Amino acid sequence: MNIVVCVKYVPDAQAERTFNASDNTTDRENVDGLLSELDEYAVEAALKLVEAGEGEVTVVTVGPDQAADAIKKALQMGADKGVHVKDDAIHGSDAIATSLVLAEAIKKIGSPDLVVTGMASTDGTMGVVPTMLAERLGLPAVTYASELTVDGAKATIRRDGDVSTQTIEATLPALISVTDQINEPRYPSFKGIMAAKKKPVEEWSLADLGVEAGQVGLDAAWTKVEAFAARPPRSQGEIVTDEGDGGKKLAEFLASRKFI
Amino acid sequence: MPAARVLPTPEAADLIRLVREFATEELAPRAAEAEATGTFPREVFRQLGQLGLLGLPYPESEGGGGQPYEVYLQVLEELASVWASVAVGTSVHALSCFGLATRGTDEQRQRWLPDLLGGELLGAYCLSEPHAGSDPAAMTTRAVRDGDDYVITGAKAWTTHGGEADYYKVLARTSDDRGGISCFLVPADAEGLTADPPEHKMGLMGSTTATMRFDHVRVPAERRLGDEGEGLKIALAGLDAGRLGIAACATGLAQGALDRAVAYAEEREAFGRKIIEHEGLAFVLADMEAAVQSARAITLHAARLKDQGLPYSREASIAKLVATDNAMRVTTDAVQVLGGYGYTKDFPVERYMREAKVMQIFEGTNQIQRLVISRSLRKPAGAITVQK
Repeated sequence: MNIVVCVKYVPDAQAERTFNASDNTTDRENVDGLLSELDEYAVEAALKLVEAGEGEVTVVTVGPDQAADAIKKALQMGADKGVHVKDDAIHGSDAIATSLVLAEAIKKIGSPDLVVTGMASTDGTMGVVPTMLAERLGLPAVTYASELTVDGAKATIRRDGDVSTQTIEATLPALISVTDQINEPRYPSFKGIMAAKKKPVEEWSLADLGVEAGQVGLDAAWTKVEAFAARPPRSQGEIVTDEGDGGKKLAEFLASRKFI
Repeated sequence: MPAARVLPTPEAADLIRLVREFATEELAPRAAEAEATGTFPREVFRQLGQLGLLGLPYPESEGGGGQPYEVYLQVLEELASVWASVAVGTSVHALSCFGLATRGTDEQRQRWLPDLLGGELLGAYCLSEPHAGSDPAAMTTRAVRDGDDYVITGAKAWTTHGGEADYYKVLARTSDDRGGISCFLVPADAEGLTADPPEHKMGLMGSTTATMRFDHVRVPAERRLGDEGEGLKIALAGLDAGRLGIAACATGLAQGALDRAVAYAEEREAFGRKIIEHEGLAFVLADMEAAVQSARAITLHAARLKDQGLPYSREASIAKLVATDNAMRVTTDAVQVLGGYGYTKDFPVERYMREAKVMQIFEGTNQIQRLVISRSLRKPAGAITVQK
């Protein structure tokens, strides 16, 4: 079974994230980045499936030079090869354009049995790219998988909702997005780090994919950030001194905020 | 703030990133409780093995990581900055493989080394005895040849991983000559081999230390490493490398204490200002940073000499001496910076201080290190060499 995993290089959520002042896009240059933690679950899910049978895992990313680190991390975890789509014209692309570039890249890779993605990125957090991508590829899509098994040409997915748990079957080829409940992503081993150095990574431009520069980027985006402001520092909490009526005051406070 | 590092290769840099991630996510949440309850984290060593962190300085052809000491020691340091017991255990384990890797026959290496370096088996090292510590040649544990076997009788003190390890590298006397000592690889389940209850130590409670008792333990001759009488040479050959391991552990421990102290001083206020803005305290922190960086510099200098194949025995002793003495001072000062809180078990710095003390004692006391250094001063001056 051949699997393509879409991964994203995102600014570290633990660092001070910000926007570029010039065009209000996410600052990817001055903040340390990494493979989106939510995508690690997708990589792990794909590796598990391939290790249980045969085939290979290809990771694909769309992003600037540094995004190569996201591919490298996935290769260190055990993926077989990488594809890095980079082109200055992609800067500022929205989800629609991103899904176009990913779809063309996956078509060029071949016809995978399965496309696996994280449930959302940790920077944009829209979670719409998986279904857009499935639409463009003409694949059935099952999102938010918390369990995934494959038997022959049939994938079985458990999807945990607020009020029920659904079991869904999909015929391969299909696209599945996975949650952070599906597995515990492995650490790369040192052997994995060494092996990753020798794994092939292809770099493709928009021209390689037959995508026009005008179809992507900030100018083609359907949405645009008009302005941004830093979140105001958190104000100090209210301190209640217990003078025998602490419990009552606490209840009053919670009631005033409609918590109880 | 973790230390700034310069690594020789991109994969070494990725290795350090991996270790930091692992230490933060897997070690940090468990360290305090395991140390408080004296629980040996056997599973952690299995994880370290799976990540390939137990065999870093050994050749790739043997299942190791093929990394220079310069890199391996920085890994130990990163581990120690989060959990000293695990770093010390890693260093001891690496040392317990040393005899096998360097003096084992092809057959012996192929048979045992992969599982040792892969973390499936945990090693321990039996050298010291109740009455023979700094002077190992005074040991009395005997290995008497009996047909195709040796029969070992005696007691070995201060065995790190004693009672937990899967095999023991044991030094025992095979003749009455002062140097008549041989080296054996004894499996934990050998009949007659028992561990005393663990020592009640001042620190490093997550690292089991016990006396191992050998009551006519029968060991096949094929488990002898090197020739008969070569044991002390094998033991001493690993000592310098072991000292560097402990120097790295001490440096990491001190870095961990410094990081805690700086974080506290950035938060705690006195007289309307953060205490790090009071010069009296800021200078204490500055001295701590200088001590940590000096320890790292001399340790890595010694490591690079070793990696170049140059003599480094004197530098290993200096590194062990300086790094562990500095760690004692830095951890003591970290308690001072945290004041009354530092003296409580609610904060880890009192533990760091207790952990630092033993580093001045084991792997050759700091008095022995001074002996090595002073003796080396009477030898010819160092050569001028060009880096490889």
